[in-house]
Amino acid sequence: MKEQEEIFDLLKEQLGEDSVEFMKGEVGQPWFQFPAIRIKEIAKFLRDAAELRFNTLMCLSGVHYEKEEELGVTYHVHSTTLGHSMAFKVRVPIEQPNVPSVESVWKTADWHEREAMDMVGVMFDDHPNLKRILTPEDWEGYPLRKDYEPQEFYQGMPTTA
Amino acid sequence: MIEEQILETGKDTREMVINMGPQHPSTHGVLRLELTLDGEMVKQCRPNIGYLHRCFEKYAESVEDYAKVIPYTDRMDYVSAMNQEHGYVIALEKLLEVEVPERVEYMRVIVAELQRIASHLLGIGTFGLDLGAFTPFLYCFTEREKILSIFEKATGARLLYNYMAVGGLMREIPEDFKSDTADFVKTFRPKIKELNDLLSYNKIFIDRTAHIGVLPKDVALNYAASGPVLRGSGVEWDLRKDDPYSIYNRFDFEIPVGKGEVGTLGDCWDRYIVRVREMEQSLRIIEQALDGMPDEGDVKEGIPKRIRPKEGEIYMRTETPRGELGYYIISDKGASPYRVKARAPSFVHLSMLPAISKGALIADMVAIVGSIDIVLGEVDR
Repeated sequence: MKEQEEIFDLLKEQLGEDSVEFMKGEVGQPWFQFPAIRIKEIAKFLRDAAELRFNTLMCLSGVHYEKEEELGVTYHVHSTTLGHSMAFKVRVPIEQPNVPSVESVWKTADWHEREAMDMVGVMFDDHPNLKRILTPEDWEGYPLRKDYEPQEFYQGMPTTA
Repeated sequence: MIEEQILETGKDTREMVINMGPQHPSTHGVLRLELTLDGEMVKQCRPNIGYLHRCFEKYAESVEDYAKVIPYTDRMDYVSAMNQEHGYVIALEKLLEVEVPERVEYMRVIVAELQRIASHLLGIGTFGLDLGAFTPFLYCFTEREKILSIFEKATGARLLYNYMAVGGLMREIPEDFKSDTADFVKTFRPKIKELNDLLSYNKIFIDRTAHIGVLPKDVALNYAASGPVLRGSGVEWDLRKDDPYSIYNRFDFEIPVGKGEVGTLGDCWDRYIVRVREMEQSLRIIEQALDGMPDEGDVKEGIPKRIRPKEGEIYMRTETPRGELGYYIISDKGASPYRVKARAPSFVHLSMLPAISKGALIADMVAIVGSIDIVLGEVDR
């Protein structure tokens, strides 16, 4: 079991000082921030490193940061063998919202990533089947973006009563 | 051509794609499984979901009041509404750094465990029903009814309660709640044995569930399975013990796991029996909680007038009857949460279905879907 600060030191050593940031809000839990481009490699490291062993991905969420015009993905991982957890994030610009998929590291990311694509429009590279999951395949727009306007008609049917 | 070949050999070897659902009695809701079949054998299974999508997250982010989200959490997994509320209020209490009175904590644990029994009874009953056993279903529903009556007295509702509030409870605890619950615990214990005789060790039931839909331990962990599905694969993992929340660290109980008693480790029967044994453990927790619950105390006094967390975020997970329910909440000091994501256990378990149903017979699909005990309201949110 490692504290967040110990994990931070370990990550700085392994990934380089520039590749990891440690952040915290006024309340709640802290998180790490990584560059999106390296996320798959980092995910593999987090899963396999003997001191960390984050073998389960609890949750993966897409977030729209309206003010910064960015999209984010938050990953919550936990180690069932060592008993520690951590959260980490990547942020990408909204015009080019590409994040490498971690589906090959944690299988559970498959549907979570599809949901994040469906709801906020993060594009996961190398995902085996990146299709909409909760809305119909021909739905327009990303409902959980803050500036989302529902389409007026879906296949000729009005969407509002 | 293929037609000539069929005429010549008398065999049609083409693969067939059929839809199981969206309206199908054993999919427990509106779910479509696209099955690619080779004869009777499932070569590929593709779940299609979203038929019950009701925009829970969008609603939560636009409602302008954190407390107004609580009734909506009931409607995610509508057969274990108490557990859904419990996770959400705990997450908010952590963000607000609110202290919860003892009496409230005990009451929450009791109703959460009662709800777990009610939910398992429904899961077990309908699982039997899927496999052709009608009588156990009626036995289960008779018992579940008693729990719902206790809830009705305490909360005014039978299914969707809106009972828990941040820092407290919405209603005073009825005077005879303790005695009612103690009576239920007493009468329910022998019924579990009856259920075992009737269904668990029934030869036909074992034949339909043993060796079927085997989920190996490493696959389960890689898919982040949780709850009875993970425990059925022999992993001793329960958030009430491994990542304790509320006051669960005060109670003495065991974590039942699958052992491959009648078939292979991690088969449908193992997942089923874990639920049956969990009900006994829930009874133990309820008994201890009834003993420990203070008789005096205002359950409403700790409820804050206004819920405005500071800037920050939290991921809070609790053990619901189906597994790990996580709420990821981001607060930006606004009146409504900036982002709420509900990580539903059924959603994760359903994504695992293609992996465990490969090579199964089409008749066994019903057993596999029933054994992971999904609630589509929670899958689609």
